[in-house]
Amino acid sequence: MEATPMISFKHVNKIYDNGTVGLKDINFDIPHGEFLVVVGLSGAGKSTLLRTINRMHEITSGEIRIEDEAISQYKGRSLRLLRRKIGMIFQNFNLVKRSSVAKNVLSGRVSYYPTWKSILGLFSADDRQKAVQSLHRVNLAEKLYARADELSGGQQQRVAIARTLMQDPKIILADEPIASLDPLTTKTVMDILKRLNREDGITVIVNLHSVALAREYADRIVGLRAGEVVYDEPIAKVTEANLNQVYQAG
Amino acid sequence: MMTQVPRRPWTQRWHVKPIGWTVLMVGLLIASSRMTGVDVAMFFGNLGQFTELLVRMSQPAWDYLPVILNPLYETIQMAILGTTIGAVFAVPFAVLAASNLVHNRWLRGGIRLILDLVRTLPDLLLAAIFVAIFGIGSTAGVVTLAIFSFGMVSKLFYEVIETIDMGPLEAMESVGANPLVIIWYAVLPQILNQFVSYFLYTLEINVRASTVLGYLGAGGIGVFLQRSLNEFNYSQTAVIILATLVVVMVIDGISNHLRRVLL
Repeated sequence: MEATPMISFKHVNKIYDNGTVGLKDINFDIPHGEFLVVVGLSGAGKSTLLRTINRMHEITSGEIRIEDEAISQYKGRSLRLLRRKIGMIFQNFNLVKRSSVAKNVLSGRVSYYPTWKSILGLFSADDRQKAVQSLHRVNLAEKLYARADELSGGQQQRVAIARTLMQDPKIILADEPIASLDPLTTKTVMDILKRLNREDGITVIVNLHSVALAREYADRIVGLRAGEVVYDEPIAKVTEANLNQVYQAG
Repeated sequence: MMTQVPRRPWTQRWHVKPIGWTVLMVGLLIASSRMTGVDVAMFFGNLGQFTELLVRMSQPAWDYLPVILNPLYETIQMAILGTTIGAVFAVPFAVLAASNLVHNRWLRGGIRLILDLVRTLPDLLLAAIFVAIFGIGSTAGVVTLAIFSFGMVSKLFYEVIETIDMGPLEAMESVGANPLVIIWYAVLPQILNQFVSYFLYTLEINVRASTVLGYLGAGGIGVFLQRSLNEFNYSQTAVIILATLVVVMVIDGISNHLRRVLL
């Protein structure tokens, strides 16, 4: 018997209100602990696909199952509990720039606390320690008390990863995490994601523009074109030539 | 070789739009001064009386200063209390009126309607009503200033909220935070310094407004301003105005300083 996949897309369609097709009959499974890279041109639906997994975008029809549970009916608290186990990394880091690194990292933990404790900042000593450890894992422990906007782009993205680690995520979604970074910090950030995938067994799904990076880090590459899966190969079978077909016009 | 530049359409070449708007604006100004009967000639003709008033105010009666220190102090207290109460109530209303936070058009529209209504009520009318309710004294003044600040601050606040970076909100949503926590962690830190700045701006306006409210018996320095004007004692009026100016300048200084520190 095959183990149940972490994430499973079944006939997923997304049509925007204005009639634009966002996703078209998406069908594939993502097993536990996979490092999946999604490639495709801008507007191919990579971001939409990623955001359907934590319901930041709703789908029009079909079904998405996470750990064998259909997620489309989740509301309120159950939706927040779903999001708690799915970390998300963004192209623009999305830190609160005027807040300290510590506060940004701890904010990843708020869904484990009742509202009043979050608002008063009453985090347990364990969780404060956990924040330091999370920063340590991205090699930024010394920046704990710095303000987020004092950091470079690469450092901000590492803080964002530390924030995600506070959630104890089973899945990390990374939407163009390195699009605003230079080549050197790109490698640092991608290496950290790969390490979390290998050491913690976190399922990682990354949207990338760069085919070279995709080939370097992925266990498997999925290609999207106009909302459709046009490519899906394990890394062993990926070649320059067949991957390039993702970027060829329809 | 010359680079080919696309030809500008004739409307751009002859600046049709800017000229049209300017002509329209000037026309409207002239028309409105005609219709409301503003007489520019009379303004310049009677300028002499104004300068005479200035001359009489140019010898401030400094010995009057100790008399007005206490009422001035009371005015500042009224302004601080009124502004604070108004601003505290303004925060939840501003959040609910911000189009980037509340997507329900009806809720937002309802809240904005209330805010518009509050802003429409003139502060003098409010003062008259509350003097009738609470009697002559600073209570009426504080309540008036609170409502006046509420209307003004809530509009300034929600306009600030609408300019924030939505990225951190998306991140907090993806973390699984509920709406209140999202606002606390992702919205408030982004707007705090502008809130403080607008709070102090409103405080400054309230210090000036409360001098007028004193006319209606709402307490503070205004009572003395009215008395001096009724007695044509312009040298006392001058002292009151200068003292108020000092207070306004101090608030302005604090405001500038805080904005630099908080930025």
